[in-house]
Amino acid sequence: MTLDLDGASAPPRRNGELAFDAPWQYRVFGLAAGVVERRFDDDWAPFRRCLKDAIADRPQRPYWDSWTAALEELVVGTGLLGPDAVSRRIAD
Amino acid sequence: MTTDHHHGTPPAPVERRAVALEELLVEQGLISHEDIDAVQQEYETQLGPMHGARVVARAWVDPSYRERLLANGTRAVHELGIEGPEIEHLVVVANSPEVHHVVVCTLCSCYPWGVLGLPPNWYKDPPYRARVVREPRVLLAEMGCPLEESVEIQVWDSSADCRYLVLPERPAGTDGLSEEALAGLVTRDSMVGVEVL
Repeated sequence: MTLDLDGASAPPRRNGELAFDAPWQYRVFGLAAGVVERRFDDDWAPFRRCLKDAIADRPQRPYWDSWTAALEELVVGTGLLGPDAVSRRIAD
Repeated sequence: MTTDHHHGTPPAPVERRAVALEELLVEQGLISHEDIDAVQQEYETQLGPMHGARVVARAWVDPSYRERLLANGTRAVHELGIEGPEIEHLVVVANSPEVHHVVVCTLCSCYPWGVLGLPPNWYKDPPYRARVVREPRVLLAEMGCPLEESVEIQVWDSSADCRYLVLPERPAGTDGLSEEALAGLVTRDSMVGVEVL
């Protein structure tokens, strides 16, 4: 078991603490925070429910994978994007 | 399968999903790339454990502030001008020679961003979330925080409704230090409860 106390040296560090392993994780964090701020009136509760479900659904999945799944669930579940929009875009 | 040693491994499926999500949300006019940049900038520069450290140092030097902090964490941190997200229901628990507090979120990653910034990776990992409940003494020792058998450990499980901040004990030999210097001694880990100062 590793707790990854020192972690990888990927940016960004914030006051010496590492919150992300890779730039895409930082980006999808910012994307979710932006969506919550702009589209949900800064209310994190709906996203938090999706995140809790995403983690409960697959507890061993890496955290930022669950985060991404939660964001997709949030925007699809509230009708901001169509159900297959992301899968279709990836297939293009 | 293709490999390209010059450009590293291709993006993982989840990374492609994240990119697709951003593209689609921007194309729909629901958010802009600049919005995301601005949000990141805000989190990077305005959030972090320095706010929590200021709270702890104040509690060390001002007994009446300490009392108010333990009675109502949210109100007491607002008193110092600290607003920030995820501290709407902040409960502060004070370590003593007899009791050591440690914080976890067993369900996901609830964390008091407004006073500690974003949670570190280990806080979000399944091993920490499970083991700190099951065998806190063993885990804390592994994380470099061995505690005497006589010290009782209390584990606080964060939730959407309630976030916790540990008030660590003031280290010995710091009597002459200013409040600002004291704040410089306070680490994030000590305020989560996985370190003793």
